[in-house]
Amino acid sequence: MIELDRVSVTYGVGHTALRAVQDVSLRIASGEALGLVGESGSGKSTVLRAVAGLIPHAEGRIAIDGRVLPNRRPRESRKIIQMVFQDPYGSLHPNQTVDQTLSAPIAIHRLGDAERRIMAALTEVGLGREHRYRYPHQLSGGQRQRVAIARALILEPRALLLDEPTSALDVSVQAEILNLLTRLRRDHGLTMLMVSHDLAVIAHICDRIGVMRGGRLLEMTTAAAMAEGRVSDPYSQQLLRANQTLDPAAIADVTA
Amino acid sequence: MTAPPLLEVRNLRVVYPGDDGDFRAVRNVSFSLGRERLGIVGESGSGKSTTGRAIMGLIPRPGRVEADAMRLGDADLTRLNERGFRRLRGKRIAMVMQDPKFSLDPVMTVGKQVAETHRYHFRSSWKAARTAALEMLEAVHIRDPERVYAQYPHQISGGMGQRVMIAMMLIAGPEILIADEPTSALDVSVQQQVLAIMDEMVRSRGMGLILISHNLRLVSSFCDRVLVMYAGQIVESCRANRLHAATHPYTRGLLTALPELGNRRAELPQLRRDPEWLADLPAQVGTAP
Repeated sequence: MIELDRVSVTYGVGHTALRAVQDVSLRIASGEALGLVGESGSGKSTVLRAVAGLIPHAEGRIAIDGRVLPNRRPRESRKIIQMVFQDPYGSLHPNQTVDQTLSAPIAIHRLGDAERRIMAALTEVGLGREHRYRYPHQLSGGQRQRVAIARALILEPRALLLDEPTSALDVSVQAEILNLLTRLRRDHGLTMLMVSHDLAVIAHICDRIGVMRGGRLLEMTTAAAMAEGRVSDPYSQQLLRANQTLDPAAIADVTA
Repeated sequence: MTAPPLLEVRNLRVVYPGDDGDFRAVRNVSFSLGRERLGIVGESGSGKSTTGRAIMGLIPRPGRVEADAMRLGDADLTRLNERGFRRLRGKRIAMVMQDPKFSLDPVMTVGKQVAETHRYHFRSSWKAARTAALEMLEAVHIRDPERVYAQYPHQISGGMGQRVMIAMMLIAGPEILIADEPTSALDVSVQQQVLAIMDEMVRSRGMGLILISHNLRLVSSFCDRVLVMYAGQIVESCRANRLHAATHPYTRGLLTALPELGNRRAELPQLRRDPEWLADLPAQVGTAP
């Protein structure tokens, strides 16, 4: 459904130019969940933003259902793909109630029937009528992330872009949000592209996993292969070890 | 334990007065710390950071710190005023916080910040303090200490910043280091390096370490002993390598709620909070190793 062909992103010009993403190509089938892992600066979030159309100067080809997207995105494409950001406190307007936040996309896309859509979206993410007129600061971190997901769902998109959706949350709340995402994917056949530095979180949601470093997609593997330690790239192996327990090799590296 | 503990805390309470009565952020907390690595885990609001701050004398008014006993060697922490704490902090007990971006002074070179600690506690000259700071930067495996000394916090990476923080905290030779989520703002691979450096320093100097973290995996693989906090209390205490066999339903709930590589479950079990967990516990839970 989503197709990236040699996508590159450069920030800045001249000798200070930074190639944040270099020739990344990947395909995500309809209903598939694909994950990208890597450290900060690896370009994983930039890929997500390029797909979302938040980086208008991205080079290469990004297509949805075979149709190449222009750099300036048409409104309809935004309805197909929606994004959920890492920090729900930063991504929700502090002076707008949940109701206002959820109304905006309906108004922009002239969908009408706001009342029903808002209630449906709230129910979908496990929030009730009582949360509708609250401000973000009156909600817990988990509830805020639920609102952010409801905001993305209200346009009934076919794909969700998830940028570290649980890394700002406590373990018990993370489990709730991951369960919610799993259920939404199953019930709506949502396509997902998810970015995280936590391998276990990515492997919980995604089938295929891409490892990124220095703007490049090093390796495309699967959650199962990762779990069995069957990764070929040395960097992927290192990432795998670092994610499991304390890595004696890393300690030896520094203390040597 | 045969040697007397470095730190002993008995029935620690931290109370914030509120409109509808006092809020007890920390209650019934007792533990002792020897030359070991002690982990404190819990979720946000469990009181783990507040416990660390109470030991450092960093609870702002109108918050109150009360304890039956809180001793750092021969020093009685319950009787100290702000001046007394200032003499202690850095010298005998030090704290590394989460994000070096916010804990380093942005308008002072990092080297000078490390040297300043030395000057304060040893009344040393800038020259002597500089030499000591450079040695300390080298000890935390900074390759080019001279260059880093002259850099400002925005010029160095997060991992480097956290090493500088560790250097600053250890330069006056404290007996105890409290690290509050020291690696949460860092990448996994850098996390490992920072932990390794911290571990090396604490071991070689025979210090006690309190690692405060929400990360169960990290704490269980790094520490010797773990205290689990919930709603201001220690609900469970065990050897770190036995954390997987924890018995309290809260700890069990946290462990099973973690997604696992290689064991994908259709649904992660969600934590059901039992109101019974809020009941006051006898204050001894944390003492037995």
